[in-house]
Amino acid sequence: MKQKPIYGVMAEFETPEQVLEAARRTRDAGYRSIDAFSPIPVEGLAEAVGFDWTALPIFVFLGGLFGGCTGFGMCWYANVISFPLNVGGKPYNSWPMWIPITFELTILGASLTAVLGMLALNGLPTPYHPTFNVPRFAMASTDRFFLCIKAKDKKFDLAQAKAFLEGLHPHGVYEIED
Amino acid sequence: MSSSDTVQPVLDRAQRRALALGVVGIVVAVLLGWRAHDAVIGWQKFLQSYLFAYVFWTVVSLGCLGVLMLHHMTGGWWGYPIRRIVEAGSRLLPFMAVLFIPLVFGLGSLYEWAQPDKVAADPILEYKKPYLNPSFFTARTIIYFAIWILLVYLFNKWSAEQDRTGDPRLQGRMASLAAPGFVIWAITMTGAMIDWVMSLDARWFSTIYGLIFMISGGLAAMSLSAIVVRFLSDYEPLKDCVEPKRFIDLGNLMLAQVLLWTYMSFSQFLIIWSGNLKNEIPWYKERMAGNWGTIAATLLIFHFFVPFFLLLQRGMKRRIRNLATIAVLLLLLTLVDVYWQIEPAFGTPPELKLLDVFAVIGIGGLWIAAFLGQLKKRPLLPLHDPRFEAVLEHQHGD
Repeated sequence: MKQKPIYGVMAEFETPEQVLEAARRTRDAGYRSIDAFSPIPVEGLAEAVGFDWTALPIFVFLGGLFGGCTGFGMCWYANVISFPLNVGGKPYNSWPMWIPITFELTILGASLTAVLGMLALNGLPTPYHPTFNVPRFAMASTDRFFLCIKAKDKKFDLAQAKAFLEGLHPHGVYEIED
Repeated sequence: MSSSDTVQPVLDRAQRRALALGVVGIVVAVLLGWRAHDAVIGWQKFLQSYLFAYVFWTVVSLGCLGVLMLHHMTGGWWGYPIRRIVEAGSRLLPFMAVLFIPLVFGLGSLYEWAQPDKVAADPILEYKKPYLNPSFFTARTIIYFAIWILLVYLFNKWSAEQDRTGDPRLQGRMASLAAPGFVIWAITMTGAMIDWVMSLDARWFSTIYGLIFMISGGLAAMSLSAIVVRFLSDYEPLKDCVEPKRFIDLGNLMLAQVLLWTYMSFSQFLIIWSGNLKNEIPWYKERMAGNWGTIAATLLIFHFFVPFFLLLQRGMKRRIRNLATIAVLLLLLTLVDVYWQIEPAFGTPPELKLLDVFAVIGIGGLWIAAFLGQLKKRPLLPLHDPRFEAVLEHQHGD
């Protein structure tokens, strides 16, 4: 008999404290590829599932740097190379005038990178996700909390992972078909 | 209270040292002025250094009052560990009012507009005489201090009452006073800085000037708080609240103030540079020539670029130790900024004058000693702030 591909195993909890505790114990048990779903922000949950680093700040910094260089470069090119114009006897290379544009484009570059980078890194919008195959997962947007061990985890074994999650006293444990 | 037993001797020792340092500083500064070959010039030099040191430490006290009101309005975890520190700093304003007295007697040595012969010879000074004259100047200063001391008195009185009774209505009362208080603080501080500092050069004016000092004051108050929290964090009761992450907001606020300071300072420069008017540009010309220019560049690098890039990093803000190190830099650079604003007006070359050093140490030592004395008077954390209690409960709940 051919087994259906499995994305992972998911446990349902009723309170944020339970899912937080469960996430900590799952990581302590050695699982690394885990994820949690909650209708409200839960303090400490991101750290508990091992989300402690993101490349986003680096992208935002580079985006800001790019914006700033573009702003300054644009002004410099226009005023010094392309169309030098004598304004009130000031030198062509009047850099103080260009700082506001440099500043604005730094902000623009950084904020656009922050929004687009966030979407690129978290994969939103996602029209389909394997977790949707669990009917009760719809409650993750109302009043239930879910913890998921993914099949790609090195330690993953369907029976073991299910048994482990059962041991955390959840409201229910579900297999997620891929 | 056994918890304060451990920190009390440390504060006592620090207070004694600061007091000794302050007395030595003031005595040496007075002697340096005294021993000058010409008594009149000696007195003048002493007053110039005194004004510089005085303005810096008063701006720190005023910054403490501003940060206190800001936090009463907005709340947020960042303000609770530093509440008592900024309250203690704000309670030094009566002390600063007393220290203003030598300046009242030396107006003629400091300000051109206080010298009748110069005023008579200069139509601009003559024109400004109804505002810039010694008696009105002194009256205004008395009004500024009266308003500040009233605000300080009310906030500290209600805060002490909150500690005692835990009456939840007090928080609302402090918040309602903080909003108009902040506006009044901004107006009076602009007035004070125009009077005490900007009028050193009576022909030059800038409307953003007061704001720069407000930002400097807020930044200095937050930097001072970060340093004090760093030292107190080895002892109860602050030991429990210095877990990493808790100070990210304070670090972010310091970053915002660094940006604001740069924004305001640069705006003033850009407008005057673009206008290129001959009554405005001399102020910058003398502050950008020679070694004053080197100091200006130092400010740009160490008051903006270095703290900006350091404070952008989460790791720097997570640990109070790192934040306190940046705070020391920012406090020093605020001092340099005040120096760069004030000293060129006296036409002296930019050299490290012993008199300046000892004046800053003198007033600073007395300030710190009085500050620690005030800090010791009350529990180091607010006792019955309803919002703070909610946060603490949540923290211990999980």
